[in-house]
Amino acid sequence: MPPIIDVVDLRKRYPGAKSEAVAGVSFSVEEGEVFGLLGPNGAGKTTTIGSMTTRVKPTSGRVVVDGVDVVADPVAAKRVIAVVPQRPNLDRSLSALENLTFHGAYFGYSRRERKRRAEEMLAQFGLEGRGGDRVDNYSGGMAQRLIIARALMHDPRVLFLDEPTTGLDPQSRLFLWDQMEALKARGVTLLLTTHDMAEADRLCDRIAIVDHGKVIASDTPRGLRHVLPEAEGLELRLAAAVDPGEALSGLGTSHTSEPAGDDGEWKVRIYGSDVAPSTAIAAAEQAGARLVDFTRIEGTLEDVFVHLTGRDLR
Amino acid sequence: MNAPTATPMRAFLALCERDFWVAFRRQLGGFLAQTLLQPVFYLFIFGRVLPEIGAAGRSYGTQLLPGVIALTLFFTALQNTALPLVIEFSFTKEIEDRLLAPLPAWAVGVQKLVVAAVRGIVGAIIILPFAAIILPGGVQFSDISWLGFVAVLLIGPLAGAAVGLVLGTAVEARQINVVFAVVLTPLLFTGATFYPWAELDSLRWFQIITLINPLTYVSEGLRAALTASPHLGTGWIALGLVGWTIVFGFIGVRGFEKRAID
Repeated sequence: MPPIIDVVDLRKRYPGAKSEAVAGVSFSVEEGEVFGLLGPNGAGKTTTIGSMTTRVKPTSGRVVVDGVDVVADPVAAKRVIAVVPQRPNLDRSLSALENLTFHGAYFGYSRRERKRRAEEMLAQFGLEGRGGDRVDNYSGGMAQRLIIARALMHDPRVLFLDEPTTGLDPQSRLFLWDQMEALKARGVTLLLTTHDMAEADRLCDRIAIVDHGKVIASDTPRGLRHVLPEAEGLELRLAAAVDPGEALSGLGTSHTSEPAGDDGEWKVRIYGSDVAPSTAIAAAEQAGARLVDFTRIEGTLEDVFVHLTGRDLR
Repeated sequence: MNAPTATPMRAFLALCERDFWVAFRRQLGGFLAQTLLQPVFYLFIFGRVLPEIGAAGRSYGTQLLPGVIALTLFFTALQNTALPLVIEFSFTKEIEDRLLAPLPAWAVGVQKLVVAAVRGIVGAIIILPFAAIILPGGVQFSDISWLGFVAVLLIGPLAGAAVGLVLGTAVEARQINVVFAVVLTPLLFTGATFYPWAELDSLRWFQIITLINPLTYVSEGLRAALTASPHLGTGWIALGLVGWTIVFGFIGVRGFEKRAID
């Protein structure tokens, strides 16, 4: 099956700009995937989304969504996509319910059908009983939920979300994460941009790291972490009379050991990707240490970004 | 499953439905105040008070009425295109959801134009009973040319909306106050609204300047249709009306597309 999104050598130079906002981006997204564009502000994420959603005309390159060339046939593309923008853009002259019903009307749903769908969406997004409210009276989290509900009114095949949880309180963020996971379960393809590592890690099947208008790495979150050679391994917290580090030095590529607290506990880290936890624990117990705690060390995406660009994300 | 009925035409009509719903159901009071206040005061001061105190002739109201209907048509349409566009493109971004509706971006611009024109027509019709009460001579439709009246009623507000579309898409939000003051006042006073164009003979240079203003053709068109007083030639009126509407409409829709698609 062809990918549902196919971006080939996408370039965009805004008039008068010194450099390209998007400088040759290529990637493809399979149907049902959650794909993340991760990068700092100004990396070209929003321009890339704009090109896929008919709002930005690429200088060159090709964007195909669900078999439709977005530049050549924007109207057909608009039927299959929906967008959750970075900044709220609800229709403030309308009530919450009307925001949904009119959006349904734009896509040709009958009066009865759009009302039914709108009520359904309000319930799904925890906005029951608030349909008659002016959207001005909505909190940031509620507005964002309503925007996603609106986007889903016409049953899009691909949902684009531009920094969907930036600036939201933790509770709203968790609610939206759950909703996005539910959408994924329903088979909707999601493409989201974020500069939040935890969000990318939790939601995305695959991630493209974007910097200065280019994709500098693209893989699963796990695959991206493998980019960091020194960031994988095991951490053992051991209770022992003497430093148990020496007993474990034969495992992995390197290790560190330091006292943890002052009641005879030690934190031992063994780096390397092929150390079996059972071997490490057995070796520690052999040396007379008792296992208190055990964790796997995995580099964060934040580390990956710093590793790739030499800069912090924000 | 996608809605099988998501056609550009249905989207266009639904966008119109949304705008009419807001204008006539949600913000009717605001619409009426915005539309009627200015023309009612013009009718009262120029058509009633000035003749009453002897500063204008008794029949001045007859000259004034076509001008006031014209400015209601033209400015209601102009303001209802320009102001919302400036606000929606710059601040609320409300336009974005409509640009994602399944129709071409330029059609969203045309839709704005059509809705604003309808608002202009509604405003102009509502002003008539006010004129009948305020003007000493009332509103006389005995000499009316219905064909001309209806034609100007339909095309006049389109011309205003087209000028509004140009302003709304060309002007940055932070300049809108200045631009409105600088553009609207000259448009209002050079548009043959308060005087018949034909009587500017002795002020030839001014008479020529007024021909640049699309509003002149709306005022003169209504003057030709409603009164027996001298006016600009009918052919010139038709040419000016249609010509300016096409010119501004074209620039406006192009400008809209430019704002809508980066």
